[in-house]
This record gives sequence, structure tokens and C-alpha cells, in this order.
Amino acid sequence: MSQRPDLAYWAGVVIAVGLLFVAPLVLPPFWARFATEILIWGLLAMSSDILIGYTGMVSFGHSAFFGLGMYGAAAALLTTKPPNLWVTLLYGLAAAAGVAAFVAFFATRLREIYFSITTLVFSQIFYVIIFTWTEVTGGENGLTFRQPALSLLGLGSLPFTATTLHWFVLAVVTISFLVLRRITQSPFGKVLQSIKENEPRTRAIGYSVERYKIVAVMLSGLFAGLAGVLYALQNKFAAPDFVFFTVSGEVVIFNVMGGMGTLVGPIAGAAFFLLLREGFSRYFTEYYLIPVGIIFTAMVIFMPQGLLGFLKRRLNS
Amino acid sequence: MLLRLEDIQTYYGKSHILHGVSLEVQAGEVVGLLGRNGVGKSTTMKTVAGVVRPAAGRVLFEGKDVAGLPPYKLAHMGIAWVPEDRRVFRLLTVLENLRTGLERPGVTDQRKHALLEKVYAYFPVLAERRSQAAGTLSGGEQQMLAIARAMMLEPKIILLDEPTEGLMPRMVSQIKDIVHRLGADGVAILLVEQNVPLTLDATTRCYIMEKGTVQHHASSAELRANHAVIRQYLGV
Amino acid sequence: MAIPLDQILIQTVSGLVNGMVLALVASGLTLIFGIMDVVNFAHGDLVMLGAFVGATTVATTGNFWLGLLIAAVTIAVFGALLQVTTLRPLIGRDPLTTILATFGISLVLQKYAIWQWGPSARQIVEPVSGQFPLFYLEYPWYRILTALLSGAIIGALYLFLKYGKYGIWIRATTQDRVMAAAMGIPVPLVHTAVFAIGAAMAAASGVLFGPLGGVTQNMGFDFTLRAFIVVVVGGMGNLGGSILAAIFISLLEAYASLVVSPAQAVIVSFVALILTLLVRPTGLFVPTPK
Repeated sequence: MSQRPDLAYWAGVVIAVGLLFVAPLVLPPFWARFATEILIWGLLAMSSDILIGYTGMVSFGHSAFFGLGMYGAAAALLTTKPPNLWVTLLYGLAAAAGVAAFVAFFATRLREIYFSITTLVFSQIFYVIIFTWTEVTGGENGLTFRQPALSLLGLGSLPFTATTLHWFVLAVVTISFLVLRRITQSPFGKVLQSIKENEPRTRAIGYSVERYKIVAVMLSGLFAGLAGVLYALQNKFAAPDFVFFTVSGEVVIFNVMGGMGTLVGPIAGAAFFLLLREGFSRYFTEYYLIPVGIIFTAMVIFMPQGLLGFLKRRLNS
Repeated sequence: MLLRLEDIQTYYGKSHILHGVSLEVQAGEVVGLLGRNGVGKSTTMKTVAGVVRPAAGRVLFEGKDVAGLPPYKLAHMGIAWVPEDRRVFRLLTVLENLRTGLERPGVTDQRKHALLEKVYAYFPVLAERRSQAAGTLSGGEQQMLAIARAMMLEPKIILLDEPTEGLMPRMVSQIKDIVHRLGADGVAILLVEQNVPLTLDATTRCYIMEKGTVQHHASSAELRANHAVIRQYLGV
Repeated sequence: MAIPLDQILIQTVSGLVNGMVLALVASGLTLIFGIMDVVNFAHGDLVMLGAFVGATTVATTGNFWLGLLIAAVTIAVFGALLQVTTLRPLIGRDPLTTILATFGISLVLQKYAIWQWGPSARQIVEPVSGQFPLFYLEYPWYRILTALLSGAIIGALYLFLKYGKYGIWIRATTQDRVMAAAMGIPVPLVHTAVFAIGAAMAAASGVLFGPLGGVTQNMGFDFTLRAFIVVVVGGMGNLGGSILAAIFISLLEAYASLVVSPAQAVIVSFVALILTLLVRPTGLFVPTPK
């Protein structure tokens, strides 16, 4: 692997992070918020990429991890006194981990299409439970709560502003990206890719495919839950809509549009989709999904490697 | 010239199986294709049948290049394929299997009846078992069904891939008789077989393949008289 | 907690009626899957489109049967076009791309319905009004008619597949598409025709379901989800299995709604799916291969 592409890649990452850092300072409030949302959805898309892009398992149920991270955070912020940022993170991640363990159990037993359908069904189960268990989850209306302050051990605490929250989210997402990248480039990540390419052969070589899949699902679920916590922090509410299939579907769109198996691609895909939605909804109002859906389907057929894959090919030639 | 292959190159994924296969079959001829396991005999048959697309080379059928055409068009043009594992439609009855080849545009009901009667005359056991599911037939009976099914296409050439594989000696001689009868009927046959004596007996000339190409070509009479060539390429 | 027997019996009848409609939807889905390995994520949306086309036709002509026919034919043609443009290019690719492609189509169809017909629900007036006393209820005749019609359509499909030249073509292609092609069967055409048939059946179920549950823009997802569950529990590609599974699942839900709210009763079918995948993944109603 030559040095030049690596340098260009990291230069790109640094520039992107820099731009995102500066964003809330220069953009009007609506767009600054938008930038924060892109980061959060980007993190969710990255988490899904671990499964769809690296291990070859299409999850249609990521909304379950996301939603439960959100509700876990809500639980912490409503029950612990005083509300603490790190406890919130912990609760959210624990909730997501619980769901992930459940899904992981099935991941190892089911192949491809059955796995995808099962993840869909799971997220719907959670949706129904959350929607109907009004006493605990607030049912249809969801839960609202206050934002905790950013507290650092011993250094006191500072309430978030929109800008500092954005920087916090940026930090979390950047660290997550670095961690996930490290993992996907490691021998572990290589095995995942080998499972995606040819599962029987990977098994024949001697790898315990089941164990790898379980870890992949747990990783994916945890980072998706993290995204849910961040969303709860930004918006101060949790609602069952986020557990509904639509979110899972959008995540898959981000992955396909951006480029599966690239980590960066899904973030770009999220940004692309959200921008398209903003742009199209000005002209098409709520029908923006018609042109976006057509673009998505066309990409599945003609540009399956996604935007990033397409650009990569262009740059290489 | 009924069928001519010119320098066919075929891949299975990344494996280069056929490295330039050339052969020809005249109308009404029975020609053999011999060679050890894995040299590409079945792949050659599949290329002619349109099941596999060649990367390069020409497949000329009655003068037209048909390489790359889908199998169902080739079937209508008169190329019938009897694959190595027979591939009868297991859940369909014997009659339904036959009908897959019988129901073609432009075939009158009268001709359909005549074809069925002809095939039942060739293979009386199929007439007996016409309402049975093809999957319940014995190996030999399935082979007969596969050949009968091909005959339903009223083909100009039948690609017969290892018809005696796994069959008892009694069935083997029955297959040999059928190949003779088909040849006498004027249908060209390209026969791939591991059973060398049968092939030499049933065909007028043979191609011998090795390493993905045709290495030798001689009349069956010559090959019968001179065992050295057979021993060289096939080790028998 | 004792539940009165007549309530159970009423739920049984309801379960059977809903089961027959679901069976009609699932048959199309399993037929499509069996022959071309396509998991049609947009199948429920075809049900929805059929319902809307039917509703519009019935509203303008006043004739339910015309609505049923026009819906089936329109959606069949639409399905054929869809298959040729978006699914044929995907043959030979990773099967998950078809689920992604049909997912994209599903999004477009859902929003298109809102654009075309507006956000409010539609009604389809039932062709046969009147009720008969069933225990303590006045049970609408139309519900029985729905079950019978669904059964009749499925029966017609069965006969079509079993006898007749095209039935043989479809069954042969389903079993071995390469060999079918080698026998002169025009496989791409058969694929398109089967997709069209599946779409027509979906559309018909939408129209039949209309008087029972209304015609709404988001009914598609619900049908797709239920149909998926039925097809997996019944055994993918197994027509008889799907029908039994559809009735089974609908009965389970019907009984469950005696105890919990209907919104929660749906969990029962989810659990059935999960248990099937754990215990007998090839399908609960598939005979054990010998």
C-alpha cells in the first residue's frame, strides 16, 4: 500500500473535521444544527457499515439499536439525580448492547435474507412495545427531558450550548471513526471481509465465523446506540418514530448511496441524502422521497459501489 | 456443415477452462469427444448449448454465429442438450417433462402426438411411467427420459454428455442401441463419454481433448485399430 | 380468565377471513421468490396500489367487480414493467441487491400514492351488503365472500400451475431455470409473467381487503411485513405452505387480540417467525425431506 493515497486520505479527513469544527461558528443556526445531525446520522450509518459493508449482513433493524440508545439515555436523564452526561452514555450503550446481544444470537443462526427479515421484525417488536407501553415509555408521545451538562471529572461542569454540543458530537463521532477504522483495518476486520466474500471458505480455513459475527453485531449495535444517545442529547426527546422501520430504511440508503465497506462512504451518504431531502423538499415538499427513491434504486442497479466507490474509481483512472 | 466451433475460449469465473477448442460436426454424423476428467468436455458442450458464454471464438450453427445466444433460442434452432447429471425436472411427471420440449410454437397437435408415440416406441418404460414424478425413476430411466425429452425438440443435433455414467451394464448397451438408432434417424450427435469402447463403436470419428483444447482427431476405425493413441491421452 | 366460547368462535371466523386475504398476498410473494429468488420488498405496496386503483374505479363506475378486474390488470402490467426495468438487470447479482432495489421501489410507490391520491384514506363499498347473525354479532356477508373469493383465486392459480402448458413452463423454470431454458422455454418471459401474476394477486387482495380495512397510503408496509412472515413460516417457495401459514398466523393474531390490544397482537406473528427460524428454518409447513 503506497504512501500517497494514505496521505491524501488523512488529509481529507483532517480537512473534513476542520470544516465541521468551524461550521457552528460560521453557519446560521439552522445549518449548524443540520451539520450536527449529519454527524449523528453519519455515525449511525458507519455502525451499520460494519455489518453491511464488511461482514456482508444487511440489517433492516438498526432503528432498534438507535432507538434503544435514545430511550436508554432518556431513562438516565429522567431517573438519575442529578442528570449526568456519562451516566447517560452508559445507560444508552447498555440498552443498545442488550438489543445487540439478542440480535447477535440470531445473526449466527440465520443466513442473509432470513437475517435481514429477522432484524426488521425485531425492530418492529421493539416499536410495538415502546408504542404501547405508555406508562414506561410515554407511548406515542415519547419522552422529553433536559440536557445534562458537560461534566469533566474534577473540573466542574458547563451546560452545553448548541456550539459546544456540536463540538462534543464531533469529538465523539471522530473518535468513533478512528476506532472503527482501526478495527476494520486490523486482522479482525480482514476476517470480517473474508466472511463477506466467501463465508464457507472462511469457515473451512478454520475461523469461527459465529464468533466473528457476534462481535461484529455487538460493535455495530453499540455504535448505533451511541448515535441514539447523541440524538437524545441534541434534541432532548425520545420518540417511538425513531424505532420504526423508516430509520432502518434510511440507514440502508445512506450505506448504499455513500458506498458500502468504506466507513467514510456512509457518512457521505448520510450527508448526501439529508442534503437531497432538504433540497428536494423545497420543490417537491413531502414527495421528496419519489426522486430520492428513484435515485437510490438506480444506484443499486447502476452504481452499487456507491458515491465513494464511484469517485475512487474515477480518481484512480 | 452443421456445427463448427472455432477457437473457443471459455472461463468459469477466473478459471480459464477452454483454451481454444475447434471441432466440427456434419449433419447426421455421430461424433465422439473423449478425454480425461476435467479437460473441458462438459464445458464445451455447455458452450454449444448456450448455458455458458464463451469469452472468445465462434460457434457456427448452420453457418450462423450463435455464440452468446440464450439457450432457449438455440433449442428452437435445433440444438438439444442432455447434460451430464440428466437434470430431469424431478417434481414434474414423465409426460410433463416431455411436454417441456413438446410445447413449441408451430407444432400441431398431430405432430405432438406422433412425437410422443415415437418416443414411447423408443422407450416403452417411459410410456408405462408417464404419470410418475420424474424424481422417482431409476437412474437408467431418468437417462432415457433426458434423451427422450431432447428428442421432443426435433433437434438437428443432440449434445449427449456422459449418458452411461453410473448405469448398469444392461442399461449401457440399451443406451448404445439408442445412439445407433438416433444416428440412423439422421440426427447428429456429439457424444461425450468415459466409456471408450462404446464411443468408438457408436461414432464415425472422435476428437480427443486435453488441457482445454482438442489435441487429436481421427476416425473411430483408426482409433479402434491403433490403441496407442487412446492409451496416451486417456491412460486406458 | 375465561373467555366465552362464542368470542373464540367469532375470532376464528375473523382469523380465517383475514388469513385467506393474507394467503392471497403471500402466494404471489412466494411464487415470485420460488422462481427468481427475488424477495419483493414492494409487494405490500402493490397491494396498496391495487386498492387505490380499485377504489378509484369503484367510485367512478359504481361496480366493485370492474374495480377488482381493472386493479388486477393495471397492477399486473405495472409489475411486468417494473420487473423488466429494475429486476431483470439484477439477475445473477448478489440476491441482497434485489431486496435493496425492491426496497427503493417501495419508497417511491408509497410516496407516489400520496402524490396521486392525496393523504386521506379511501373507501371501497362492498358489493354485497347485508349480514347474518353469528352468535351475538351481525356478521357481514361480505367477509365470507372475501374468504371465498380469495380461495377461488388461489385455487385458480393452483389449477393453472398444475395443468396447461404455461403451468408446466412455470414449474419447470422454478425447479431448474437453466435446464428449462435449454428445453426452449423462454425463461426471461416466464419470469416477467410470474411477477405480473404475483402483482395481480396482490392488487386483487388490496381491493378485496378494501371494504374490510379501508384503503390507506401506508397499508403497504404492514402487508409486506406480514407476507414476509407468512412466507418464511410457510417455507419460501412453497405455495401450499404459505396458505396454511397465512391462516395459522391470522388465527394466532385473532386469538391474541382477545387478550391484548390489536396493536400488540401483532407481536404474536413476530414471535411465530422467530420460533420458526430457530426450530425449523425451512418452514413449519414444509414436509420433512425424505
